[in-house]
Amino acid sequence: MARSNKPILWLPFAAGGLVAALIIPVLILITGLLLPLGVVHLPYEKMAAFAHNPLGKLILFGTVALPAWHAAHRLRMTAHDLGFGGGVAVKATCYGSAWVLIAITAAALIMV
Amino acid sequence: MSRRPYIRKVKRSWWLSHRRYVVYMVRELTSLFVGLYCALLMVGLVRLAQGHAAWDGFLAVLSSPLAVLFQLICLAFAAYHSVTWFALTPKAMPLALRGEPIPAKAIVGMHYGVWAVISLIVLIAAGI
Amino acid sequence: MSENVTLEILRYRPELDSEPHFQTYSIPYRDDWVVLDGLNYIKDCVDATLAYRWSCHMAICGSCGMMINGEAKLACHAFLRDYRDGVIRIEPLDHFPIERDLVIVMDSFIDKLSSVKPYVIAKREKSLSDGENLQTPLQLMAFKQYTLCINCLLCYAACPQCGLNESFVGPAALALAHRYNLDSRDNGKEQRADVVASNDGIWECTFVGACSEVCPKHVDPAAAIQQTKISASLDWFKARLLPGARR
Repeated sequence: MARSNKPILWLPFAAGGLVAALIIPVLILITGLLLPLGVVHLPYEKMAAFAHNPLGKLILFGTVALPAWHAAHRLRMTAHDLGFGGGVAVKATCYGSAWVLIAITAAALIMV
Repeated sequence: MSRRPYIRKVKRSWWLSHRRYVVYMVRELTSLFVGLYCALLMVGLVRLAQGHAAWDGFLAVLSSPLAVLFQLICLAFAAYHSVTWFALTPKAMPLALRGEPIPAKAIVGMHYGVWAVISLIVLIAAGI
Repeated sequence: MSENVTLEILRYRPELDSEPHFQTYSIPYRDDWVVLDGLNYIKDCVDATLAYRWSCHMAICGSCGMMINGEAKLACHAFLRDYRDGVIRIEPLDHFPIERDLVIVMDSFIDKLSSVKPYVIAKREKSLSDGENLQTPLQLMAFKQYTLCINCLLCYAACPQCGLNESFVGPAALALAHRYNLDSRDNGKEQRADVVASNDGIWECTFVGACSEVCPKHVDPAAAIQQTKISASLDWFKARLLPGARR
């Protein structure tokens, strides 16, 4: 038995789980309920200003990338539980999607 | 007497056999909706990078009935993720103060406290 | 009260049966009987061919684990009065090969248990004149709960990952490794890591938590495994970021 390299997948998964737990619900509340109801407005000027700020970029990146990674790893394990095996196809789909999402997020934050 | 051990196959539907495993599957599937919402946030950041008009278009789509329904479903699953995550944290990280273990309820409580504070900060930042 | 209870028991005699099949028995209902008492009644008075393991009858030897109405339980710990409605279905523990009737083959578990080196691996060689290892009550408290395992295998039966991967080291073995890793007298964490921190070790676990739910001694193997994940991950990064910092 060899020591596994799983920690490189698992620590970001655990961090993503915590970030998702603490921040995602309030974000969905804002974009999914308060915005449609007109309680908040999220004007472009304010959002762009936040995204121009380096700290803002970091926060936005962490808020999207870490929970996305968490979801990718967890769905990979769940696919195994559901009988889809632990093969290359499952891993490529799950982590591949996460990397694409993370890359696009990073690109958007660089260009904003 | 010769031995002939019998091996029982595990069914693909193993998780449907007991309420405990169904609850586990629901808990794991919360990550699907967290992931889908992250994809939505990614689209939002792309629209933000594309300028004022693109961003306003994104906000309009977010307010559409279908998008609201999708987001409310995500909210339910995301909240369930938070509740289950906080409940499991004391098991993974038992903390001790000067040798005395901190009760699990306190660790969970602290997480809810941080959750409330962060939510409040984000709400205020969003302009509530 | 001359009530009866119906037991549906999975039988398998390799010399007679090609496959396991259920056999139904009717036993007297007694308020203070456990399922094990019912099995003993069958063995003594109805069908002497029924095979099952048991010993202490008080949930400490770990011998009588079986599936009772689909739940992994000790037969001496399951009261007939809690199963009054309907039939009681009794099967051998899930995720193990069936030897005969309710007796499972547990060789794989014994191998997994020895593979985690479940003994104190001393920091340095000591002679008798060095005296005994000293340990404070606080140091004992750190790992006491993980010493309580009775090797009953209910956790292996309840764990879906044990069902999906027969090489998974499993809850009890990993909890025992944790017991020694937390012991202040021990210095063997590094030696255990090749098994514990392998893909078939802690990393097969997805924190279903069923193991801790069914454990009759409240060992909480799920907690042991999650704590080991954090510790193994930190060790993994430390070994790569601080090459000189191996313990």
